[in-house]
Amino acid sequence: MSHIDETPTLYGLMAEFDNPSDLVRAAERARLAGYRNMDAYSPIPIEEINEALGYKRTRLPLLVLLGGICGGIGGYSLEYWSSVIAYPMNIGGRPFHSWPQFIPVTFETTVLGAALSAFVGMWALNGLPQPYHPVFNVPAFERASRDRFFLCIETIDPRFDRHATQQFLEGLHPLGVSEVAP
Amino acid sequence: MATASNVTHSHPSPERMSADLLRPLLQTSWRFYLLVALLGSIVAAGAVAWVTQMFFGFGISGIRWPIYWGFYVTNFVFWIGISHAGTLISAILRLVNAGWRRPVTRCAEVITAFALMIGAMFPIIHLGRPWLAFWLFPYSSERLIWPNFRSPLVWDFFAINTYLTGSMLFLLLPMIPDFAVVRDKTTGLRHRIYRTLALGWRGTPKQWHRLESAMSIMAVAIIPVAVSVHTIVSFDFSMAPVPMWQSTIFGPYFVAGAIFSGIAGLIIAMAVLRKVLRLQEYLLPLHFENLGKLLLVMALLWGYFVFNERLVTYYGNEPSEMTVFWQTQRDNYAPLYWTMVICNFVLPLIILGIRKFRTITGCVIASIGVVIGMWLERYLIIVPSLGHKYLPYSFGSYRPQPAEITITVATFAAMCLLYVLFAKVVPIISIWEMKAGDHPSPSLIPPATEHHKLGELHL
Repeated sequence: MSHIDETPTLYGLMAEFDNPSDLVRAAERARLAGYRNMDAYSPIPIEEINEALGYKRTRLPLLVLLGGICGGIGGYSLEYWSSVIAYPMNIGGRPFHSWPQFIPVTFETTVLGAALSAFVGMWALNGLPQPYHPVFNVPAFERASRDRFFLCIETIDPRFDRHATQQFLEGLHPLGVSEVAP
Repeated sequence: MATASNVTHSHPSPERMSADLLRPLLQTSWRFYLLVALLGSIVAAGAVAWVTQMFFGFGISGIRWPIYWGFYVTNFVFWIGISHAGTLISAILRLVNAGWRRPVTRCAEVITAFALMIGAMFPIIHLGRPWLAFWLFPYSSERLIWPNFRSPLVWDFFAINTYLTGSMLFLLLPMIPDFAVVRDKTTGLRHRIYRTLALGWRGTPKQWHRLESAMSIMAVAIIPVAVSVHTIVSFDFSMAPVPMWQSTIFGPYFVAGAIFSGIAGLIIAMAVLRKVLRLQEYLLPLHFENLGKLLLVMALLWGYFVFNERLVTYYGNEPSEMTVFWQTQRDNYAPLYWTMVICNFVLPLIILGIRKFRTITGCVIASIGVVIGMWLERYLIIVPSLGHKYLPYSFGSYRPQPAEITITVATFAAMCLLYVLFAKVVPIISIWEMKAGDHPSPSLIPPATEHHKLGELHL
C-alpha cells in the first residue's frame, strides 16, 4: 500500500456523473478495483448501488420492533399500574384489571413507540443532524441534491493513491473529478 | 422501485422540476399577503369568539341541556375524518407502490397533520375550562388521580395523539431530502435556515436506504392507527345509551365516512394548488381521475352503510329509535338529511359515475358536495339523537349561536391558512420522489461492459 504525503490535506477524490446508471457502473468498477472506503451521493434513492458498495440491510426494522415492544409494554403497564395499584376505582362493576378495555391504548402506544423509534432511528443511524461534512466543500456538490450523481473514494482507503485513483476515476468517463478538502 | 412509475411520464427535466416546485418558496406575490391577511383575520375572529366564550361561559353558545354536543363535536368528528385523507391514502399508495402517487402524497399528508391539529382543538374548545385539558394526560400529579382507561374519551386522547405524532413524523421524514434541494438552490438567510432543516443530508445510499425503510415501516404502522382513530371516535358514540348511537356498525361506518370526506378534501386541495401554484404539469388529470374513482367507491360504500343503518333501525322498530328515525327522515331534520343524501350519494354518483363528467372540475364539484354532506352527516348523527333520548325530560332542540358559527368558520380558514403557509416554506410536491419516479431503474438497463465480472454482486 502506497503512502501519500498529501493525505492529511485531502478527504478524497470525487467523480461526478449525470445519470444513475453511470454511477452504479462506476461504483461496481471501483469495487472490482479493490476500493472499499468510498461513498456515493445521489438526489434519488438507487437501490442497485447498495450491492455495488457492499452494503447490508439496515438494522432499522429491528430498532422499530424494539421500540414497538417497549411502547406496548409501557402502555399496558401504565394502565395496569394506574388502574390497579395507584388509583383503583370501581367503574361499572368492572374488575380493576379489565384487560380487554386496556387494549386500545396498548395498541396506540405500541405504534407510537414504533413510529418514534423509526424516526429517531433513521436520524441516529444516519448520523443526522450532521453540521459539517467535507463533501460540501466541492462546489459542484450543490447539484448532488438535484441532478448530479457523485462517487467519492476516500483517502483512508488502503488502495487510495492520489494519482492512480484520479486516473482510475477519470477512466470511468465522469463529467469531472475534483479533490475534496477535509 | 421505479418500475411501476411509468404512468407519470413526460415530466420536465430534473433541473426544471426543481425550479418549478421551488417557485412558490422563492417568489411571493401580493396575492399571498392578501390571502394570508384575509384568512388570518377570520382565524383571529374565531379566537376572539373562543375567548369570549371562555370569559362569559357556555351560556353564549347554543349548547345546553340536553344537547351538549353541538357544532363543536360535529367539527371534531368532521376534521378528524378529513385527516384520514392524507396519511392513510398516502400510506396505502406507497405500500402498493402506485406510480401516480408521487405528486399526491405530500399534499395529502399535510392535510392529515393540519386537520388533526384542528380536530384535536375541538374537545378543548368544548371544555368549560380548557386550561384543564391536560388532566387527560396520565402523569403522577399532586391530585393522585389517574385517567379512567376504560373510557373511550381517554382512548381518543391516545389514539389522536399517536396519529398526530405518527403523521407528523411520516410527513417530516421525506421532507429532509427536499430541504437539501432548497438548501442548494437558495442563498443568504434562506440558505442558512434550510441548511439547518436539511440536517446535513448528503444522499448516500445508506441514508436513502434507511429513509426508505423508515418510510415503509411507518406506512405499515400508520394504516391501522388511522383506522383505529376513527373507530375509537365512533366508540364515543356507540358506547353511550343514546337512540341510534348504540350500533355495532358505527366503527366501519365512521371510518368509511372519514376516508370519503378525506379524499374529497384532498381533491379540493390539489385542484387549488394546481391552479394557484401553476402545477399543471405535475398534478395531471390522471390524478384527479384516479382519486375521483376512489371517491366514487367510497360514495357507494357510504351509501351502503347509511342504508344499512337506517334499515336496521326501521326493522328493529324500537320506539325511541323510530322517533329519531322519523325526525331525520321526514320531520324537523329532513331537509338537512336529504341534502346530505344528495351531496354524498346522488351527486358523486352522477358526476363521477359518468366518465364524461369525471374531469377536474367535475371531481371538485363532487368533492365540495361530499365535504358539505359529510359535515351534515356528523351533525345529523349528533343533534337529533341527543334531542330525543328515551325519556321526555331529555327532549330538546339545538340552535347554534354566533360564537359556535364563528369558530366553525374560523377552523376552515385556519385549515386554508396553515396550508398556504406550509406551501410557502416546504415544496408541496416531493421533489425527490418525483425524480425517483422518472429515472428508470438501473437494473433494467443491460450492463454496458462485456467484462462484467461481478457475479457475486449480480445474483
